Amino acid sequence: MIGGTLVTLLAQGPIPADMGGVTLAHYLVVSAVMFVLGLVGFMVRRNLIIMFLCTELMFQAAGIALIAFSRFHMNHTGQTFVIFVLTVAAAEAAMALALVVLLFRRKETLDGAAWRELKG
Amino acid sequence: MTHLLSHLASVALAASPPAEGAARAAAPVLGRVVEGPWTAVLIPGLPLLAAVLVALCAAGRVRSKLPAWITVGCLAGAFAAAVQTYLAVVHQPGLAQGVRVLEWIHLSWGEKPGQSFAADFGLYLDSLTMLWMLFVTGLATLIALYASEYMAHDLGAGYNRFYFAFALFVFSMSCLVMGDNLILLYLGWEGVGLCSYLLIGYFYKKPSAVAAAKKAFIMNRIGDLGLALGIMLTFVQFGSVRYAEIFEAAAPYLTLAGEGRIGEIPLLIQLIPVLFTVGAFGKSAQLPLYVWLPDAMEGPTPVSALIHAATMVTAGVYLVARFLPLYQCSTWALPIVAWTGAGTALLAATIGMAQFDIKRIMAYSTVSQLGYMFAGLGVLTSAGAAYHVFTHAFFKATLFLGCGAVMHGFAGQLDLRKLSGVAFMKGWGIVGLAMLVGCLNLAGFPFTAGFFSKDMILAEAFASPTYQALGWVLLFTAGLTAYYTFRVFFRVFIGPKFYEPGDELHAHDDHGHGHGGAHGHGDGHGHAPAKAKATADAAHDFHPHAPGWAINVVMVLLTVGSILAAYPYLISWVPGLIDASSARVIEVAHGGEHAHGTFFGYDPHAVMYYVSAIVGAVGIIFAFVLHFVGRTGAATAKADALLPVFGPLARWAQNKWYVDEFYNFLVRVPLLVISHVLHLADKLLVDGLVDLAGFMPQAAGRGLRRQQTGALNGYAFGMVLGVGVIAAIGAVLLW
Repeated sequence: MIGGTLVTLLAQGPIPADMGGVTLAHYLVVSAVMFVLGLVGFMVRRNLIIMFLCTELMFQAAGIALIAFSRFHMNHTGQTFVIFVLTVAAAEAAMALALVVLLFRRKETLDGAAWRELKG
Repeated sequence: MTHLLSHLASVALAASPPAEGAARAAAPVLGRVVEGPWTAVLIPGLPLLAAVLVALCAAGRVRSKLPAWITVGCLAGAFAAAVQTYLAVVHQPGLAQGVRVLEWIHLSWGEKPGQSFAADFGLYLDSLTMLWMLFVTGLATLIALYASEYMAHDLGAGYNRFYFAFALFVFSMSCLVMGDNLILLYLGWEGVGLCSYLLIGYFYKKPSAVAAAKKAFIMNRIGDLGLALGIMLTFVQFGSVRYAEIFEAAAPYLTLAGEGRIGEIPLLIQLIPVLFTVGAFGKSAQLPLYVWLPDAMEGPTPVSALIHAATMVTAGVYLVARFLPLYQCSTWALPIVAWTGAGTALLAATIGMAQFDIKRIMAYSTVSQLGYMFAGLGVLTSAGAAYHVFTHAFFKATLFLGCGAVMHGFAGQLDLRKLSGVAFMKGWGIVGLAMLVGCLNLAGFPFTAGFFSKDMILAEAFASPTYQALGWVLLFTAGLTAYYTFRVFFRVFIGPKFYEPGDELHAHDDHGHGHGGAHGHGDGHGHAPAKAKATADAAHDFHPHAPGWAINVVMVLLTVGSILAAYPYLISWVPGLIDASSARVIEVAHGGEHAHGTFFGYDPHAVMYYVSAIVGAVGIIFAFVLHFVGRTGAATAKADALLPVFGPLARWAQNKWYVDEFYNFLVRVPLLVISHVLHLADKLLVDGLVDLAGFMPQAAGRGLRRQQTGALNGYAFGMVLGVGVIAAIGAVLLW
């Protein structure tokens, strides 16, 4: 199992004392679970708002992984990066929700399949 | 004019000893050039000044006869300079004089001889040059004066354009004749071609004039290619394009030729004159390139007279005469020149016999007479050829300007079936008399200038043992010439008075009457049976307007000139000039006995006067009987009854032996086919490749657009799949 392999791999490195028994692997597993949930949700759901929230979920999953690595390596690069991601995600959320509102006004539905006419 | 000619003649007489039999003038010193008089610069300089001033007139939108007076004044000045220079040149017979005007082209790519190329804007003045320049500038002055009246209907832009091209033509012709190197000659050669093109296409709104201009230009290009190749070969062989250096380098070959050892001269040297001949045949309208000249009659008549009869077309004769030393070094060049000339003379004469347009008849007679000149050069009487150029310039200008006056007066009418008795109409006496003198000259009537000059060529042809047959061709042509010349005279200028106006090519706004009405009348009468009523004194809307003072003065001067052109023969003026120039004929040693042809056992030089006089008279009598005796109207004559005797020959001759159609079939049709094939190749191959480059992305797009389903989930699935594939590849590569 991939998760187990990752844990074994990472457990061999130095574990900071103040992480209180919670290892990097735990964070990564949470991150991976969140990302897969978001991915699956994006692929199977048809509601535009849900699909948008799923993308947000994938963003945050990546953010968790970045912060975990940042702490693990004891530098601030990952955390700095996450602040930027959050900023961009906020801007993107504003735009995406506005788009969703506009799309809803056109078709009176939030179903993404209603826009299948945009095919090539 | 009278005074001037006799003055010239007496000076020539003083300068060169009388050419009595073997007592010829001393051989010219070829290859040596002494400093010449600066006045020579004025000969090309003044016409160039005139061209510039007329261009300024055009820029200033002058709408008066100012351009004409500028041109006439400058050309008269050039003529005076030519006389001055002529006197200086004959003062030192046999010695060429040079004037360097400015440095032009100097190239060098090494120190060794032959590794440099120099062509200055310099003048080469010998008696051959000056003979040409005398009649070029003299006739150009007179014809410019004539045109001041003839072109008056077009005052303004057209008038300025005409005189600009006219002055530029004289400048180019001076460069051609006076240049001291082949490059300057070529510049002039192309310059006269350009001016000829501009002036043939003067009525540029008329499709036939535009077509004729193009035809002349293209036909001349073919000849010019030969000349250009000849110039290149000259440089390669002799290392220079300057006349003096060429003649110096060619002197050993000329000595070889003089000793009868012509076979020892390298073939490439012998090829040079053959290439020059191609150029000369293009410019001087010889077989097979003559077809442009008759069509060139689309230009205004003064242009036909100056460029396409008197001066430009003699450039080829000048080229051959100038390089006669090289021609005498070649086995083939002179026979080619002689036989082509004779063939052209005969062919053009037969066509001229069957035409109805009098200007066209004169055009074919020009082609025919140019053939005589080449035949004269070919049988090595360069003096006869040059003298024929000289006399022809006068009488052919007279004939053309006479035809032009008729065309001007009768609203463009040139058909000899629609004009008759013109000389008897009021105000037309001078033109009629001038035409008579011109026709007598062309027909070779005894004691006219044309008689003497044609005689020199005929006699020399019979005197050469190898050219007896050529002599007969020329003699027969002389009879035909006399016939068709007087066919025009008897039908148009004398006989019962009758005319039909032409189709109003020019609007004569200098004349009071309305031309629209005259035109309508002409149309109305065209089919009326009562043609006899349409005589000059009948009540008629159209009045032919008789020539004005400018035309009459020029006609008188040219007539006097044509008559006096016979005088130089009596004092051997032209042979003296030619013997003192590069056109001198060398004596070829025949190893003892000097072969000499005879005419039925008589000396051709002694009896040819009588023979050609009889032949000419027979031609005139034929014309008199067939076209004058018993003729009551203009449209028909007794000659029509003879047509069935000749069967299709007459019709073929009238259709110019279908030469144009033959060229059409030989050149134009294959070109058309090839161009269609190439067009197809272009469409299929070149365009196909370009279209393919456009088609490929289009097809790729059409295939890939299927992927865009419009389903968002599908896109997400595709992305995941893609990432999965990349990850799988990465995994396979890493482990």
